[in-house]
Amino acid sequence: MSAPAFEVRGLSVRLGASDVLHGIDLDIPAGRWTCIVGPNGAGKTTLLKSIARLLPHRGNVRFMGREQPAWPQRELARSLAWLGQNETGAEDLLARDVVMLGRLPHQPWLGAASAADRTAVDAAMHQTQCWGWRDRALGSLSGGERQRVLLARALAVQAPVLLMDEALANLDPPHQADWLQIVRRHVAGGGTVVSVLHELGMALHADDMVILAGGKLAHQGACADAATHRALVDVFDGRIAVHSLAGQWVALPQVERDAA
Amino acid sequence: MSAVAMRQPAPLGLLLLAITAGLCLAGVAVGSLGWEPLWGGAGDASAAILWEIRLPRTLGAWLAGALLGLAGAVAQGLFRNPLADPYLLGSATGAAFGVAVLLVLIGVSPVAASGWGARIGLTGAGFLGAVLAVLVTLGLARGVQQTLRLLLAGVVVGMVFGAFSALVMFWAPEIMRAMQAFLLGTTGFLGWGSVALLAAVFALALLVAIACSRPLDALSLGETTAASLGIALAPVRTVLVGVMALATGAAVAQVGLIAFIGLVAPHLVRAAVKPTHAWLLPLSALAGGVLLLASDVLARWLLAPQELPVGVLTAVLGGGYLLWLMHRRPL
Repeated sequence: MSAPAFEVRGLSVRLGASDVLHGIDLDIPAGRWTCIVGPNGAGKTTLLKSIARLLPHRGNVRFMGREQPAWPQRELARSLAWLGQNETGAEDLLARDVVMLGRLPHQPWLGAASAADRTAVDAAMHQTQCWGWRDRALGSLSGGERQRVLLARALAVQAPVLLMDEALANLDPPHQADWLQIVRRHVAGGGTVVSVLHELGMALHADDMVILAGGKLAHQGACADAATHRALVDVFDGRIAVHSLAGQWVALPQVERDAA
Repeated sequence: MSAVAMRQPAPLGLLLLAITAGLCLAGVAVGSLGWEPLWGGAGDASAAILWEIRLPRTLGAWLAGALLGLAGAVAQGLFRNPLADPYLLGSATGAAFGVAVLLVLIGVSPVAASGWGARIGLTGAGFLGAVLAVLVTLGLARGVQQTLRLLLAGVVVGMVFGAFSALVMFWAPEIMRAMQAFLLGTTGFLGWGSVALLAAVFALALLVAIACSRPLDALSLGETTAASLGIALAPVRTVLVGVMALATGAAVAQVGLIAFIGLVAPHLVRAAVKPTHAWLLPLSALAGGVLLLASDVLARWLLAPQELPVGVLTAVLGGGYLLWLMHRRPL
């Protein structure tokens, strides 16, 4: 097994007056897809932002074997692409200009877009199938169309590590399947993906699962592992059950039948 | 929709430049009696009126409008709010306060003031007031890091400085008339000194703002995403707030409180094209210049030999445009 992409030690985060994360120790492997799950308010997004150096925190984070603060900003931006939750704004930018923003870490301060930049933008937009509306303003797109443009923006960075927070929001089932394929292809090419997902059925497609509850690490293990399934059921108070169906793991809500 | 999106920014820029040239001619041709082009008639008096009064006023009005349009585009990008206004940081009311204090101290009215010293004194006081207000706003907001704090501090400072100006006018009612001209906005006091100052500030502000155009594009996706793209947010914000304060302070000090130009100019540009900030910033400046110069020509022409305060005209036109926008796109 290769060296971890992230080594997290004693990570604590305080947002305003409340402690969101309490001393998390965690290794996130490189070359695999790790999914962070947990109940609402467990600190999933906070953990993702902290390891991306997008949030002040206490504790120690090493990224690709180097201390996080030692990374120069632009080099970090080239190595680690971020796709946030419900990104709003940029209503008046054309889709292709939004995707081109992913090339910022590669471009000199005032330099024009290079041929490599344009190739990366074309490839990313074709990959998420949003090339057709490259000349439309982001504000004129539907939620799902917009999400595919934003995903292309993150892919255009061509970073080895992709961090995505609720990237499936607004995507219909065929495009959720496309998203899975994009993630799988990225990992097959040696890349690392860390994602926060609400939808447990999709999360169970990942290689590994990090389960958070109340700002603490509840469990970490392979998605196919029975111990992981048990931990998942536990943090959701036994309100879900994990089943095997058609060669995939699915999480279904536990409905009390006698209530009906 | 696609037809709108396909429109290119460069032709819009050329169109705005052509309109600017036409308006400059009109601005020089319209005098206190309405349309009276003086370049046909020979004579020192005609030449002096053209050269000493109409030309600097025309150029100055365009430059002040361009500064407000640029500051508006920067404000809307920086605060990620299409309704942001360059007066948000309290600079306008600060400038008004500075002018009110100076009027009381030296006891001159802009109407009576004819010497260079008085003009530079007034613009200097306006500029100092604007800078002071922005500094107080930044102090209250503890820097430029938190956008919401900054906006709230700007509102508070605007109210407090507005109250101070009202208090000064209450104590010294003799400055009321002169203050009114300033509060309504006027291009009547623009001379070559003002034009030189506005041009220098405009060149500097435009260059610095365009150098920050990519970070502004990235900021439109949110601060977290911009940071993830390697943008150093703190220095970029500091520079852009500086540009905004300098551009607004310079314009307000020269022409008073001209309403709506900074808010409307970027809107007009975005209604026609969907540009990145590298285009939006210069186009908004061009649109702002065109708007203020057109308003100024109209203000001089409509009721000649009476002159409308140009700020009233921009408020009516800008307010009308925003109402139309609301009507077309329900909020």
